[in-house]
Amino acid sequence: MNLALTPEDREFQREVRAFFANTIPDAWKTTVRAGLRLPPETLTAYQRCLADRGWGAPTWPTEYGGTGWTPQQLHIFWSEASAADAPSQYHQGLELIGPIIFTYGSQAQKDFYLPRIISGEDWWCQGYSEPGAGSDLAALRTRAVRDGDTYILNGHKMWTSYAHVSTRMFVLARTSSETRRQQGISLLLVDMDTPGIRVSPIRTLDEKHHTNEVFLDDVRIPAANLVGEEGMGWNYGKVLLDRERMVAAATAMFLPQTLRAVRAAAARRRTSTGPLIEQPGFRAKLAQVEIEALGVQSMVLRLMADAAAGADSGPRGSMVKLRWSELLQQAMTLWIEALGPQAQHFEPLDGGGLSDDMPLALQGALFSRVTTIYGGSSEIQRNIIARRALGL
Amino acid sequence: MQFAYNDEQQMLRDSVERFGEEEWNAADRLKRLAEGPAGGRRRWAKMAELGWLALPISESEGGLGGGPVEVMAIMEGIGRHLMTDAYASHCVLAPALMRGGGEHCAVLLEQLGAGAIRIAAALIEDSGFDPASIRTEALANGGGVRLSGTKIHVEDGADADWFLVSARTSGSAGSRDGIGLFLVPCDADGLDVRRFRSVDGHRHASLVLREVSATPVGKMGEAADRIDLAMDRAILAVLAESVGSMEASLAATLDYVRTRQQFGAPIGTFQAVQHKLVDMSLACEEARALTMVATAQYTQTASDAALVAAAKVRVAQCGIAVTQQAVQLHGGVGTSEELVVSHHLRRQMMLELAFGDASFHKARFADASFR
Repeated sequence: MNLALTPEDREFQREVRAFFANTIPDAWKTTVRAGLRLPPETLTAYQRCLADRGWGAPTWPTEYGGTGWTPQQLHIFWSEASAADAPSQYHQGLELIGPIIFTYGSQAQKDFYLPRIISGEDWWCQGYSEPGAGSDLAALRTRAVRDGDTYILNGHKMWTSYAHVSTRMFVLARTSSETRRQQGISLLLVDMDTPGIRVSPIRTLDEKHHTNEVFLDDVRIPAANLVGEEGMGWNYGKVLLDRERMVAAATAMFLPQTLRAVRAAAARRRTSTGPLIEQPGFRAKLAQVEIEALGVQSMVLRLMADAAAGADSGPRGSMVKLRWSELLQQAMTLWIEALGPQAQHFEPLDGGGLSDDMPLALQGALFSRVTTIYGGSSEIQRNIIARRALGL
Repeated sequence: MQFAYNDEQQMLRDSVERFGEEEWNAADRLKRLAEGPAGGRRRWAKMAELGWLALPISESEGGLGGGPVEVMAIMEGIGRHLMTDAYASHCVLAPALMRGGGEHCAVLLEQLGAGAIRIAAALIEDSGFDPASIRTEALANGGGVRLSGTKIHVEDGADADWFLVSARTSGSAGSRDGIGLFLVPCDADGLDVRRFRSVDGHRHASLVLREVSATPVGKMGEAADRIDLAMDRAILAVLAESVGSMEASLAATLDYVRTRQQFGAPIGTFQAVQHKLVDMSLACEEARALTMVATAQYTQTASDAALVAAAKVRVAQCGIAVTQQAVQLHGGVGTSEELVVSHHLRRQMMLELAFGDASFHKARFADASFR
């Protein structure tokens, strides 16, 4: 499924295809198809490789070191990445804080931070959620108190993914108490080496270390690390609303990777009446998910057409996020079904090996549960759509 | 990929919209339905005048050469206003089956475009939706051909003047070789037409043929590809109808939840109700995007079978889900004959069956994509 391609598009497509053919080793395939992150050092090397090719920041404008690609080119790039089983680029720097810095940051912040995101030198984590502030982010209690040329941070952040490998964290903290809870929140950039930061892993159902608690005890950071104006941090997230449709689109375009894994596993799996993939019951279930995935790909094409025409997509980003996360979970469930009894062998107890796709498929199936929770839970997405699209 | 109509297509869409408001106003719906075929003939004449009937017929056959996107602009309006006029069957499917089918076809197509006659396709037998699983026999008889067999469902066939009948010149049920397509007038000797009303106000038929004299369309025995391509085109048309109908149901439901008061507040302020409406709007969004993508890929010589089958499955699922919820959120009154939402649900249920149900197309998708 593709947009109508011009000869220049086709040339670009060939270029991208060749790049991925030479860049993506087979060893990454199962991890990528399971929707899991590759080891951080591998992902950083991949980012460096893209950066060397000039493709480190596909969605950024050229003036900040991005590619300046059109939606059409982005669609081609992601289609090819998806087809080649390439991983998603790590997004906290590229898609979250990077765009905020180039939109609202000082010249010094742009000059220092942006190139380090593209090169992979910095790995960013997001210090937003707290024990009492999840979907209701404005309930956050971490405080930043101005003291001369510094801010002193105190608080407790939760669900800080990849804080354990990050070099930097962007933090939302309260700099004053206002009647409207969204006011008085500031956005601050924190070097993870600063004294007073303690990162503690949160163990999760997939037994893979993704996420953490971060304790901030009298963490002193330069006042120059404030982004934009004090107390205005809440508003800076708005720039991401426009961009989130592209992030949702890119993620949705990677769904076929998981579906390929399901097919491969079902083709390998034997039953008394032939391979599982030839059993009508399984075929119908797989066809259903594949058909719905085509539906989401069509929604992505429409969203890209909006972007190309400079039109507002309304809540289409939220819609795509809702749908791909549900479908990823369904696809992962089918993958486990295709593996059958061997999905029960998660870890060898006496030094032996595991069967194909294990334990990654099961970890992926478990990790996929968080996709309908993170980045705005499905319930919050539905609230957003009810308000923005339906006016309820 | 174009997701917006061009100016001409937009004008067409607007014209259907005006027609729908005049002829199929929701408040007068029961009256329109009670008029039966007489009302249908009046509207059909108007549609001929507007040029819609000739629109999908190729220019070389005296039509306007409109493509699937133009048909989409018409069909979504037909869906929005729940018109029972059988445009997809008579004006999209029949001309696509008859395209380049010879002199006799060209003459009939001209009459069809002018609104003088109606032609319905008799393809389905008791062995399912696959157009290749037919047993009706076409036997050479003197200089002509005679057909014998049973067609259990002719979509919108009750008021047809001619039938396009598929039959075997050779081979057995399931084989794609040896399928021919034939024209039979409704008053032919040996033809028994039984007529049925469906719950959405459409008028269908079944046929029993006993040595009925028939005229071949195109090359005898090589009609399988022609039928597949024409069916895909008809499917795209009903997808657009389904999208129009589900969007209208969503709009009606949104209006209703804003005004209907319970527990001292409009029911649209309740989160449980809001989230259902969000899911309905998501289904509409997905159905429209799939319909557009599937429609854009179709040409008169090729169609992506997997994509059309996928769209047929998914759009029907979306349409039924949306209209079931529309009835649900209207509460008791949603089940009444008086309100249009119950009519949308009934139409969506019938659209799911038209030109192959979800199970058939899911299997077709799987076959095409597992190849």
